[in-house]
Amino acid sequence: MTPILDHLWIIVLLPLLGSAVNGLVGLSLGERWSKGAVNAVGVGSVALSFLCVCEAVREFAGLSADKIPVIHDYFTWMIAGSFRAGFALQVDQLTVVMLLVVTGVGLLVHIFSVGYMAHEGGYYRFFSYLNLFVFFMLNLVLGANLLVTFVGWEGVGLCSYLLIGFWFLKKSAADAGKKAFITTRIGDMGFTVGVLLVFATFKTVDYAAIFQTAGPYPVENHLGVITAICLLIFMGAVGKSAQLPLYVWLPDAMEGPTPVSALIHAATMVTAGVYIVARLNPLFARAPIAMLVVAIVGAVTAFYAATIGICQTDIKKVLAYSTVSQLGYMFLACGVGAYSAGIFHLMTHAFFKGLLFLASGSVIHAMGGEQDMLKMGGLRKKIPVTFWTMLIGTIAIAGVPPFAGFFSKDEILFAAWAGPYANKPLYLLGICAALITSFYMFRLIFLTFFGQPRFDEHHVHVHESPWSMLGPLCILALLSTVGGWFAAPTFFGGSDHFKDFLASVFAPAAALAPQVAEASHSLEVQFSMLAVLVGLIGLALAAWLYLGDLERPKRIAKSLGGLYTLVYNKYYVDEIYAALIVRPLLWISTDFLWHVVDEGMIDGTVNGTADVAQAAGSQVRKLQSGNARSYATWVIIGAVGFTALLLGLLGTRP
Amino acid sequence: MSIPISYYLALSAILFGLGVVAFVFKRNIITIFMAIELMLNAVNLAFVAFARAHNQLDGLVFVFFVIVVAAAEAAVGLAIVLALAHSRQSLNVDRVDLLKF
Repeated sequence: MTPILDHLWIIVLLPLLGSAVNGLVGLSLGERWSKGAVNAVGVGSVALSFLCVCEAVREFAGLSADKIPVIHDYFTWMIAGSFRAGFALQVDQLTVVMLLVVTGVGLLVHIFSVGYMAHEGGYYRFFSYLNLFVFFMLNLVLGANLLVTFVGWEGVGLCSYLLIGFWFLKKSAADAGKKAFITTRIGDMGFTVGVLLVFATFKTVDYAAIFQTAGPYPVENHLGVITAICLLIFMGAVGKSAQLPLYVWLPDAMEGPTPVSALIHAATMVTAGVYIVARLNPLFARAPIAMLVVAIVGAVTAFYAATIGICQTDIKKVLAYSTVSQLGYMFLACGVGAYSAGIFHLMTHAFFKGLLFLASGSVIHAMGGEQDMLKMGGLRKKIPVTFWTMLIGTIAIAGVPPFAGFFSKDEILFAAWAGPYANKPLYLLGICAALITSFYMFRLIFLTFFGQPRFDEHHVHVHESPWSMLGPLCILALLSTVGGWFAAPTFFGGSDHFKDFLASVFAPAAALAPQVAEASHSLEVQFSMLAVLVGLIGLALAAWLYLGDLERPKRIAKSLGGLYTLVYNKYYVDEIYAALIVRPLLWISTDFLWHVVDEGMIDGTVNGTADVAQAAGSQVRKLQSGNARSYATWVIIGAVGFTALLLGLLGTRP
Repeated sequence: MSIPISYYLALSAILFGLGVVAFVFKRNIITIFMAIELMLNAVNLAFVAFARAHNQLDGLVFVFFVIVVAAAEAAVGLAIVLALAHSRQSLNVDRVDLLKF
């Protein structure tokens, strides 16, 4: 008996119900029974969904291998000629991981929000959006064909827009929402064309059928149709997962409430791009060129975003660039064929980056809304729980064993060096990014929690957050600690449980990968040592610069001159985009499309027609003199004319 | 020896033409009214002439219709004339020109 696996729609539907209830009657719920009712609906629906996922996973564990993936086609969604798409959901190992991350971290963020958003207006609206997000995200990961995934894909984009602009009265927040929506839309155009190309090539959009049809296709070492599909889909992933060159929206997305940043812009939505690349691994494995592009984009983004992170002073912006950088790692993993390592990093990243964001939320909450790290300092003693959990998250992201980030990042870097698609320059970029990551994360910790307070202690009453916020922090801290242990046995000569679990999903890709000699175990350990060493160097650098006299980093910044200014201003990418794309587009839209085409040509045509009719009318109306005798004259002229015509016609008849 | 039909038609046309000319050029509404009657009766004459020439009753039937309509028209028309004369203190149609743009 597998009740939940047979009725997967329950998992999806629960958050939608929660969203509908809070969205439609949340206001009166809150007024009549207090916020408890809104909480019960908002948190309860995700909690139930999480329980259903747990039950589904338990049932899944008991299935025999030939029954995986579990696919249920609930109803026909659209049908046109030979094209058919059903509302179909599927569960395989990859989906299981994503489901647990989405509903698990989602639940924790919901609980955190209860405390964090307690004093905000539009409380019910927030939970309605958040539940809606979970609904779409579950659609995305459960979808058994590209269209259901696409609905989820666009839906999470919508929720992201709504939640970034949650404080829509603030212009910067509303603008950031629009920026996120429009920027990702550029990538989504590629995604849409990719889906169409998939249908044109394989005559289906169901994953299982696509992979089966793709079976006979050889590996393309030239620019073929599969390479095109992969690149187009990856374009969507670049937008959604904030990679170069479409990453610009994610740092701005920090205008949203912090729980949103944690759930949507760190743990789940932004990883959708990684998920889709991993999901389509049988296609990517046939397109080595596309994989190379994925790997390069990932590695360059990982390094590039990390460098920006060094100079940011806004605590959330640092985490945002860190997220962009870590997503780069995941793409690097996918690009070098280490899909399971990418998904592994996706999961551990969801834990520690979710934790870091929530902890930063707790810090901001404690500081009464202050986000500038230069105005913090010395918070370690005042908010100890936040400090310790955030420290765990930082150690995890810096890659120190035995915390989660160490195992996943190490796996990625090792695959970049010695995997089937090994690419040593990219490995070097990755290891440099690891160094910088460790540096800026410890910089964040030292600036925020150590040293002397740099704020007015009489006005800011630093207080530890309530347990509804600290509870999720502690759970995530625990997960950030133990979440990587699936891979721990590799270091003792065992096998990587996480990799083995996902092996069947990535088997098609593994079968097509070039054969390389198995890297020796001692080499892997040496590389891990190197990665740890790099992390510790970053820590030491940060400690040397930011523990103690803060004049030192300022002097170094000054001595760097132009380079520092360049990085501090985020390489002027926003300004370059504004100059190259936004302003020309505005110019074309206003001066040409609006004033010339719309006002001149379209309005001109319509108005011209009206003017001609009006002018003709004002002439013709003078015939209506009101004088009865003139009417009579017209009647007679008409009668004479008609008679003449009649006579003429009769006359011509033979 | 009978009179040829063309004579009747010529007379009818002359009468009709007179009616038309009077209708267009006269200003007195009563005169215009009489011009209409003249045109109607010119047509009646043509009908009767054709009926006689072709030995059919259709034309005569139409004549009765025309007479009845003319009578009704006279009743309504004279009522309007009275109302106009009452309100305008004049029978000049050029002063009745409200029916315009």
